[in-house]
Amino acid sequence: MSVDSVFVHKMWDENELSKMVKGGVPFPMLSDAGGAIGKLYGVYNEEAGVENRGRFIIDPDGIIQAYEVLTPPVGRNVAETIRQIQAYQHVRQSKGTEATPSGWKPGKLTLKPGPDLVGRVWEVWKTHMAFD
Amino acid sequence: MAEEEMEVGCARPTGGPVGEPAAETPGPEGAKAEEVRAMISVGKKAPDFEAPAYHRGKFVRVKLSDYLGKWVVLCFYPGDFTFV
Repeated sequence: MSVDSVFVHKMWDENELSKMVKGGVPFPMLSDAGGAIGKLYGVYNEEAGVENRGRFIIDPDGIIQAYEVLTPPVGRNVAETIRQIQAYQHVRQSKGTEATPSGWKPGKLTLKPGPDLVGRVWEVWKTHMAFD
Repeated sequence: MAEEEMEVGCARPTGGPVGEPAAETPGPEGAKAEEVRAMISVGKKAPDFEAPAYHRGKFVRVKLSDYLGKWVVLCFYPGDFTFV
């Protein structure tokens, strides 16, 4: 979503993005002329009249589980967004019985919070596990 | 499906969180902006909205609450034809 019109979205997709991604952008490119929705989400940059790089992960119940906002010159890390979605999906599937420690990826150890684990995380989870 | 093809219109908040009824009367612009800013918080419902969109050759209308039941990544960016 940006403050550009859907007409400009079409031109950008046809003339540039489709040359990067085969078939063009697969998801809807939303137009927020005037920034009404950007303001609602706290990402509208009043001085520049554009929207900052806000990214919101919204779960199936419509709840915002995570967000990240960057100023324009630095791009996001898509792999990190995907990792967070996978982690939230895992937690949701476990019905909240599992939590994912720092650096978790699918296949890595999760933690089951409870009285037995208090003060003993160090025994099962090591700091090197936060890294690849 | 969450999208229907239609005339191009304006983006607008629906006035409430997703899946919940909108507040009865939207107040003056200023007061409304204050109120909605406070709505953004992890663990809380996303503010609902409807916006025109371009999707695979068509102009459609997208409403956030139509995606209830699915995971959604909502991304804002500064502008088309910019560099990053």
